[in-house]
Amino acid sequence: MSKLEVKGLYKTLEGVFTLNNLSLTLKEHEVVVILGPSGCGKSTLLHIIAGLIPPDRGKVYIDGRDYTCQTGRVSYMQQKDLLLDSRTIIDNVALPLVLRGIPKELARRQAALHLDDFGLSGFENYYPRQLSGGMKQRAALLRTYLFSSDILLLDEPFAALDAITRRKMHLWLIDLQQRFRSSVLFVTHDIEEALLIASRIYVFSARPAQVRLEIDMQSIPHRPDSLYRLKNRILAELEGE
Amino acid sequence: MRKYANIAPKTYPFLVIILAVMLWHIGVKLSQVPVWILPGPVQVLQAMISHAALLWHHTQITLTEALLGFALSVALALVLALLLHYLNWLCQALYPLFIVSQTIPLIVLAVLLPLWFGWGMFPKILIIILVCFFPMVINLFNGLKAVDPDILNLFRSMGAKPLATFRLVIMPYALPSFFAGLRISATYSIMAAVIGEWLGAQRGLGYYMTLQQKSFAVDRVLAVVVIICILSLLLVKAVDLLEYLLLPWNRKVYSQQLYQ
Repeated sequence: MSKLEVKGLYKTLEGVFTLNNLSLTLKEHEVVVILGPSGCGKSTLLHIIAGLIPPDRGKVYIDGRDYTCQTGRVSYMQQKDLLLDSRTIIDNVALPLVLRGIPKELARRQAALHLDDFGLSGFENYYPRQLSGGMKQRAALLRTYLFSSDILLLDEPFAALDAITRRKMHLWLIDLQQRFRSSVLFVTHDIEEALLIASRIYVFSARPAQVRLEIDMQSIPHRPDSLYRLKNRILAELEGE
Repeated sequence: MRKYANIAPKTYPFLVIILAVMLWHIGVKLSQVPVWILPGPVQVLQAMISHAALLWHHTQITLTEALLGFALSVALALVLALLLHYLNWLCQALYPLFIVSQTIPLIVLAVLLPLWFGWGMFPKILIIILVCFFPMVINLFNGLKAVDPDILNLFRSMGAKPLATFRLVIMPYALPSFFAGLRISATYSIMAAVIGEWLGAQRGLGYYMTLQQKSFAVDRVLAVVVIICILSLLLVKAVDLLEYLLLPWNRKVYSQQLYQ
């Protein structure tokens, strides 16, 4: 059974036709990457899955249950780290636990168990503004993970980072995913990023977004030439050939 | 060397003040201006010392008015800014009126209010509120508006209750702007109290000043001016201290990126 299933989504946002009969699935322990041109409606899709905005038509199922328009089930991380400047790193990452009603001290202790894995140990009492972009992004990711560890929606989480930091974050994310086995829906417009981390890729068309191509990375041999050909095929789709 | 470089700028204002006072002293000595027109700093200091008890009495009155008016303005500003933020229709109805309220000449009010409300403390408090509430309301209101909508979305996606979102996100975001308004209002509050007393009072620094001015005791008038400056500065420093204690994350030490 699919962990997450989106069926026949339609959405018109402020008069702009954004999602056109969009369906996709995310299986358990999978990293599914959505690739699409900028402004194609990828973020709108994640907003709908997170329950923040209603679709005009269509449904969102999680573990087979209808979760359309319901917030608080999946965890959602956006491009900006969105850490609270007024809270220390440990309080920022423990936030989802506190919001769930867990006492502050206990929440801190639970969150502290993961600091090492997220490369943040020793920085728990720093304020976000004191840390580098990569660290802030890792803190945001830990907060996302602590909210709900089974389904993570990641909306271009590393787009704001420099190339070297981004590369490090990719390897780290792959390693982390292999250990924690979360199901990840990852949105990006960076093909290299997609090829590196995905188990499956959906390529979206320009607005209104439709699935143009679905690629199972398991079926692609990891040889430079086949990856190169795949990259060109995706590029052609993205450019709307 | 670096240590001195950090401390030096803080001493600049004091150096300027000392320099200005010295020039004032020399100027008065050389030009032989009569004391009833322009006394020197020494005479002003003498006036402060010889009238210390009386000045302290009037200072207490003015300070009480200013603090009371200031506290009421803070309360009013908090309530108004929140109402404006959450009730759009109220915002549209009241916002222009707030601007109009700031265009009323204070001196006219200072004349009229005693006429309507007598010579007691109430009209002074009204003037202080009128002067002080505006910077705080505007700053707090803008601070509340400036919260990143993506953070609000994030909190909504985590299923946070509105009250939790307010406490964790909206309030901490708005507080620095609120303190910016608070600092401006703190500087105004003493002055507003003095203006209130200037035209209709039986006690307070403003009343004392008018009395001394009429008898050409310029040294005592200037002594009061010095007291007003000191009181205002102290109030601003108190606000700074409060901000330092309440907003630890906003301190300069914590706003520098330490690790790459």
